[in-house]
Amino acid sequence: MPRSETEIGAGQHDFGAALLNPELPLPEGIVGPHGKNALKRFAVYRNNVTVSLIDALSGIFPAIQRLVGERFFRDLARLYIAKEPPRSPVIFEYGGGFAAFLERFEPLARYPYLPDVARLERAWLDAFHATDADPLHPGSLGAIPPEHLAGTTFIAHPAARIVKSGFAAVSIFSASREDRTLEGIRPDEPEDGLITRPSDAVQIRRLPAGAAEFFTALIAGASLGEAAGKTIARHPGFDLPSAISAMLEAGVFSGCSFGATSSEETA
Amino acid sequence: MTQSAPKSPIVETSRFPTGPLPPRAGAGLKTEHVDAILADEHRIGFLEVHAENYMGGGGPAHRALAAIRREFPLSVHGVGLSIGSESGIDPAHLERLAGVVERYEPAMVSEHLAWSSHDAGYFNDLLPVPYNAQTLDRVVAHISQIQDRLKRPILLENPSTYVAFEQSTMSETDFIRDIARKSGCGLLLDVNNVFVSATNHGWKPMHYLRDFPLELVEEIHLAGHAEDVDDEGDLLLIDAHDRPVADTVWKLFEIVISQAGALPTLIEWDNDVPEWPVLRREALLADAILDRLGPASLLGSRHAAE
Amino acid sequence: MSQKTLIGASALAGAVAMAISGATFLASTQGAAAATEKCYGVAMAGKNDCAAGPGTTCAGTSKVDYQGNAWKNVDAGTCATMSLEGGRMGSLEPLDRDLPA
Repeated sequence: MPRSETEIGAGQHDFGAALLNPELPLPEGIVGPHGKNALKRFAVYRNNVTVSLIDALSGIFPAIQRLVGERFFRDLARLYIAKEPPRSPVIFEYGGGFAAFLERFEPLARYPYLPDVARLERAWLDAFHATDADPLHPGSLGAIPPEHLAGTTFIAHPAARIVKSGFAAVSIFSASREDRTLEGIRPDEPEDGLITRPSDAVQIRRLPAGAAEFFTALIAGASLGEAAGKTIARHPGFDLPSAISAMLEAGVFSGCSFGATSSEETA
Repeated sequence: MTQSAPKSPIVETSRFPTGPLPPRAGAGLKTEHVDAILADEHRIGFLEVHAENYMGGGGPAHRALAAIRREFPLSVHGVGLSIGSESGIDPAHLERLAGVVERYEPAMVSEHLAWSSHDAGYFNDLLPVPYNAQTLDRVVAHISQIQDRLKRPILLENPSTYVAFEQSTMSETDFIRDIARKSGCGLLLDVNNVFVSATNHGWKPMHYLRDFPLELVEEIHLAGHAEDVDDEGDLLLIDAHDRPVADTVWKLFEIVISQAGALPTLIEWDNDVPEWPVLRREALLADAILDRLGPASLLGSRHAAE
Repeated sequence: MSQKTLIGASALAGAVAMAISGATFLASTQGAAAATEKCYGVAMAGKNDCAAGPGTTCAGTSKVDYQGNAWKNVDAGTCATMSLEGGRMGSLEPLDRDLPA
C-alpha cells in the first residue's frame, strides 16, 4: 500500500538520522530480502558515510592528522561528522566548522594552536579551487600617478586568504605538511598567515606585524592611503614598502583602480 | 556561491568538439594519472569525471581537466544531485552542475538512481529508494527538472544496494524502465552493480538483464567489488571500486555486448587507485570484448547508424 | 579620520616605487612557501567518489568512547611534543582527563 507523503517524508529523515547515530534502531521498513535481517546490511551505509567523510577530512586536514596522530584524528573526525555533516555535496568544501569544533574540544585544550592550523588548511584548499586570475602586475601599480596613489583601491585575488593567529600556526602548518620536526618552533609566538595562488601552486607566507591588517583593509575595499594610515597608526614600525612588495609577489590582488579615471586591471 | 565559468577555448580547440562517446573503453579520471594518460601511446577511448570535483572556480584540477578535454572525449558523471531525494533537487547544486557542463561540453552527462542529501545534510553515499509509484513520480520530476536546466538528456545509472524496502511495489528493472519512458532519459548500465545487487538480494543477474531495457542503454560501467557477509553469514557484495573487474562481471558484460552491441564502457577504480597501466589493462580487456562481440550483436546496427 | 594624515602622498609614492623596484623583499616570506605542484598530477584532497567504502570496517557502527583513555592517544601525533600547558614546552605527558559527555 502506498503511504502518505508525510510518512514517506519521514523515511529519508529517519534513514539519515540512523546513518549518523549507530545507537538508533533500523529505520522502519528497511529489510533484507526473503525475511533476512538488515542490521549488517544497513551498517554498509553507515560505514560508507562515516568512513568516506573521515577520509575526506583526513585529506583536507593532513597537518592536523599528523599533529594529533591518525587514530586520534579518526575518532575526532567521527565526532565532528556526527555533529556537523556536510551541507554541500561538494566534498572539497567540507570542514568549514572544523577549526571552531577543535577550539571547543576539551581534550585538545593544551594544544590551542590546532584551530588556527586547521584554518590554514581549510584556506589552503579554498585557494586551490579558487577561480583563476592573473595577479596584479607591478607595472599597473607603478603607472598610477603619485597624486592618485592614496585613493587607489584594489580587487582581491579570488584565492587570497588571511589567517591571523596568536600562535605559530604558519610554522607548525608548514613543518607538519612537509613532514619536518616541530623542534625549534615556539608555539606561542603569534604568526599571521597569507595564502595565495598566483598561478597553479598555493603559497603560504608568514606576515610581519601589521601586514595582515593592511591587506585585510585593502581586501575590504579601503584605499591605499586609508589602509596604510590605519596600519601605521597601530603598528608604528610597519614596513610599508615590504608589505606592498609582498602583496605583489604573492598575488594578493588581481587589479587596482583609482577614482573616476580608472585604469582598472582585471584578469 | 555560484561562480560563472570563464569562457575558455577548451571546446573549440578540442580534438573532440562535440558528438557522442565512442563505443570503446574509457576510464574514470584520477588527477594523479593525468600526465601518464596524456603521455600514453595507447589513446584511451574516453575519460569520465565526477562533476562535483570540478565545481570549484579554477586551479590545477581545472587545468588538468582542460588538458584532458582537448585530447579525449569526456563524460561527466554526477554523484551529488540526490535524484531520489524527498526534499527536491537543490537548485544551487543543479546550477553548479550546469556550470561544469557548459564549461566542458561533455559527450555525456549521467547521474545515479539514489539519494544523498536531506535536511540533516549531505551523506556522501548513494542511498537507496523504495520502488513504488510515489518514488517513481518524484524521480521522473527531478530528472525532467535536470534535463530542462541542462538542455540535454541525461543517463540514469542502476544502483548497488544492500537493503530492501517494505514499501517497494515494483521490481528495479520495471522501475527504471518506467523512469526512462516517462522522463526521456537514457540509461547507464553498471554491470558490476547488477551483479552486486543481484547477489545481495537473491536475484538472478541473467533475469535482471533480460528484464532491463537494453535498447535504452548508452553507456556501461564496470568495476571491482569487495566481499562481506550479512547477518545470516551469507555473501554480501560491496561496490568498492578498489580492484579489478570480477570474472563473473566480465561474463555478464560479454552477454550485454552480444545483445546490445558495442557501447562506451567505463572502468571505474576509486579506492586503492593503482598506477595508470593497471587501469589501462582493464580498459584493453573491455576493448577486446567490444571488438569481438560488438559487430555481431543483436542490436548492434543502431550504433552503426549513428 | 585623522589617521589618514599619517601618511602623505609622497611617502606613499616612495613606498610604491621601492616595492616595485624590487629593492625590498620580505625576509619573513622565505621558507614558509608550501610545496609547489608541477604538471597536472596533483592529487585532489576531499574528492567526491561514487564507490562504497570498505564494508568490513566498523567505523560507522561503533560509538566513540567519551570516557576513560579514549583521548590519550594524541601522544601518537607530533603535537604531543608541543603542548602549551602552563607555558611549558615539550611536554610529553599523555592527556589524562575525561571528556565530559
